[in-house]
Amino acid sequence: MHDVKKINVMEGIHDENDHIAEHTKEHLTDHGILVVNEMGAPGVGKTTTLKNIIRNLDLKAYVIEGDIESDIDTRDLRSLGIPTFQINTFGACHLDAPMVHNMVQNMMMEEKGILFIENIGNLVCPAEFSIGEHVKMLVSTVTEGSDKPYKYPLAFEKADIIILNKVDLIPYLDFDEEYFMKGVRALNKEVPVFKVSGKTGEGFPEVAKWLEERAARLFEEEHHHHHHE
Amino acid sequence: MNRENTAHREYIKEEKMHEYPITQQIIKISEKHCREAGAEKVTKVRLVVGEYSGFVGDSIQMYFDVIGKGTLCEGALLEMEYVKAKLKCPACGEIYQKIPMTFACPKCGEDGGPTEIGKEFYIEEIEVE
Repeated sequence: MHDVKKINVMEGIHDENDHIAEHTKEHLTDHGILVVNEMGAPGVGKTTTLKNIIRNLDLKAYVIEGDIESDIDTRDLRSLGIPTFQINTFGACHLDAPMVHNMVQNMMMEEKGILFIENIGNLVCPAEFSIGEHVKMLVSTVTEGSDKPYKYPLAFEKADIIILNKVDLIPYLDFDEEYFMKGVRALNKEVPVFKVSGKTGEGFPEVAKWLEERAARLFEEEHHHHHHE
Repeated sequence: MNRENTAHREYIKEEKMHEYPITQQIIKISEKHCREAGAEKVTKVRLVVGEYSGFVGDSIQMYFDVIGKGTLCEGALLEMEYVKAKLKCPACGEIYQKIPMTFACPKCGEDGGPTEIGKEFYIEEIEVE
């Protein structure tokens, strides 16, 4: 007979991932880079949103494109002169901290600015994994329907900024904005919600401004941090 | 084993699915604690899984069996305690289980806000020998 022994573990499954994410975040903070984790379902216009934000942004932008296997979006962004790096997950439904950490080690980001990381199109898993971001940016659309905060609460709860895209289509849809906002506010009292259209470009100057201000806060904190050392 | 099952096992080995890295992590943590205790193998792993952890329970034991082959967790039993997500009402303070498609408090009707209940995802205890 072997002795059975119980061991009290109390260790989180995501602890290691979170630890690596924290490391990435510190590293990029030191380099004056604000990290934005962009999440949303397939087809909400994540890449189009990035293009529109960057067009309006008075800061250097870098992009990591997460995709299951293609590099279409990366080529698209590179053709606009945006330094873009590709992570293919080959089937995995979300980016995790080690993938981003490995990529960031090999990226040249000499100028201060914002690193946008476009996550895999999925409204469930990406919300559960930190990848080193300062800001979680959720892209939702009026075409998905107003019930999304009720169906995917975690993504809405964790968002630091919500982009409501495709608002130019509102006249053709039954999107119930009041119901949508009621759900968002139950989960997330403070989060700013920006109504935009990737088609017309409306709303994006305001989003870019919000991100610039958030980046300025980071640079400020970083400056003080170095000053005190 | 039927063909579909074999295909599924191949799929798991290709590290493609959501549960792969998570199951790997469960095995890694369990092995570490097993070694630290100077034990030879893990016989049971007790997980606490919140509704929002994204970990789908039904077929986990199968993933665990496949990925655990050749590790200290080979043959171990995976025991899971599920925790339902709860909300807290900002008006009356009631803490209640969320039902699908609404956040309304069953007592006063106000929309409740999120709590940490339902986000658990940790190994509580393992048994080794």
